Amino acid sequence: MPERRTIVTDYLARVEGEGAMTVRLDGDRVEHVELRIFEPPRFFEAFLRGRSFLEAPDITARICGICPVAYQTSAVNALESLCGVEVPEPIRLLRRLLYCGEWIESHALHVYMLHAPDFLGYESAIELARDAPAAVERGLALKRTGNEVMTLVGGREIHPINVRVGGFYRVPTRRELRALVEPLERAREAALETVRWTAEFDFPERTVDCDLVALAQPGEYAIERGRIRSSGGLDLAPAEYEEHFEELHVERSNALQSQLRGGGTYLCGPLARYTLGSQELSPLALGAAAEAGLGAECRDPFRSIVVRSVELVHACDEALRLIEAYEEPDRPAEPVEPVAGTGYGVSEAPRGLLYHRYRLDAEGTILEAKIVPPTSQNQLAIEDDLRDVVGRNSALEDDALRALCEQTIRNYDPCISCATHFLALEVERR
Amino acid sequence: MSPRTVVIGVGNPLRGDDAAGVAVAERLRDRVPPGVEVVACAEEPSRLMEAWGDAETVVLVDTVASGAPPGTLHRFEAGDAPVPARAFRSSTHAIGLAETIELARALGRLPKRVLVYGIEGGGFATGEGLSPPVEDAVVAAAGIVLAGLEEERCTSAP
Repeated sequence: MPERRTIVTDYLARVEGEGAMTVRLDGDRVEHVELRIFEPPRFFEAFLRGRSFLEAPDITARICGICPVAYQTSAVNALESLCGVEVPEPIRLLRRLLYCGEWIESHALHVYMLHAPDFLGYESAIELARDAPAAVERGLALKRTGNEVMTLVGGREIHPINVRVGGFYRVPTRRELRALVEPLERAREAALETVRWTAEFDFPERTVDCDLVALAQPGEYAIERGRIRSSGGLDLAPAEYEEHFEELHVERSNALQSQLRGGGTYLCGPLARYTLGSQELSPLALGAAAEAGLGAECRDPFRSIVVRSVELVHACDEALRLIEAYEEPDRPAEPVEPVAGTGYGVSEAPRGLLYHRYRLDAEGTILEAKIVPPTSQNQLAIEDDLRDVVGRNSALEDDALRALCEQTIRNYDPCISCATHFLALEVERR
Repeated sequence: MSPRTVVIGVGNPLRGDDAAGVAVAERLRDRVPPGVEVVACAEEPSRLMEAWGDAETVVLVDTVASGAPPGTLHRFEAGDAPVPARAFRSSTHAIGLAETIELARALGRLPKRVLVYGIEGGGFATGEGLSPPVEDAVVAAAGIVLAGLEEERCTSAP
């Protein structure tokens, strides 16, 4: 083996979206690790300026085909808090139900189509489907149920159009929601099966030590609202986010990378949510987690697939609970008058914390918009993990090392359609 | 009951020429013969499989990036053989059209006849609007798909 080698892969498959990765090795020494990101949110921030605040949920929903509800929710949270509107409980719970649909859809896609093949030694879900069609069908059925929830509550499954500032354009009847009970009960069984399935995978022992950041809401596994908490002890209102987190512009990239002010990598997403809030999971999800061997915390990025599966159980369980408790609101939306000023909103996208900030004039025209997606917040943590993984495994052959790098990236489920362009992986050895 | 033939236009309307497949679907929506369903779709496996259901024939239209001049129209029969996966990588989802077809094949959920039209894209930057050569290709592709559907209807009419 020459001391300096270059490995180039022009495409990293099975990461939702597109992106690019370069790893440069000098012998055993990792010289450089870089995740290159192209960010549609930047385009959307510009696109939002000059538009009416009422358009924000529809426009931002189009940033990502996988997590439109997250974008809508953070947008309406920011705008409603600025305008002094608190939506009635039935509206909030309906939004939470819609969000559960998105979690089910996104997690099922990642667990089955993108992540599981890594653990089972397959190139992709296609090979997995040839050998284990029942498992892949189970994943597709789960995902379909998530889509059904999104279509019924959100109006359209890819870019839901039913959420508006102040509530919904139209709310479903109790009867309409009942139609989701049977599919969700089946999905809950499939989710439990998913936990048992993924718990049997082989996991290399790994731990991430960085700060974990997730929303917290007493009495709930935080999804559509909450305060921002960290394992390092932060406990912030959404409006305080930028006082504690900053975005750095990265040379040779369109991307902004987030870090804790004053330096410090952090991770958001399933591991952070679980570690900071597992006690709030439904009893069924908690039981499944215990059976799968998860403790109260999980800092192992490989086991994120088990955590996602546990969150699938929770999302199905929670959706059923919300449908059972649903009471049709008196009206689908509260009237909202624009207020000049700045509004802040957060929610837990399937991949982690999604922060929005909007500045409006008195007519409700958006003067400035700021969107920080989970993937750009996780970017430094992913790079740190990669640096470590490559350093420990530099003796591996190029192909094996590349595969390990890819899996390391997929552990974080980076949503690159909202955070990156073509995903290429280059491992250079020099 | 699923219709016998489904036409699915695939793409992302906010990614420049990636919208070509969806644009073809929009053009065809009110012009196809009876019994043919037209769907516009963000490509993603369970949705595509659901969209064609148990149809006998599916016509898929997507943008491709194979290096040919923008606006070039490619045509593949995928019922028996895989389509060249590398061409269909311009989507914003990692599971692209080619992978979706192969996934369906592995699960025994592929229609008997699978016709894939690929429109070579020029730019995939974020933003709305097709480039002129791709706009022309959308019109041409819609015409070709429609002619094929009419022909099929004539040959299969009782």
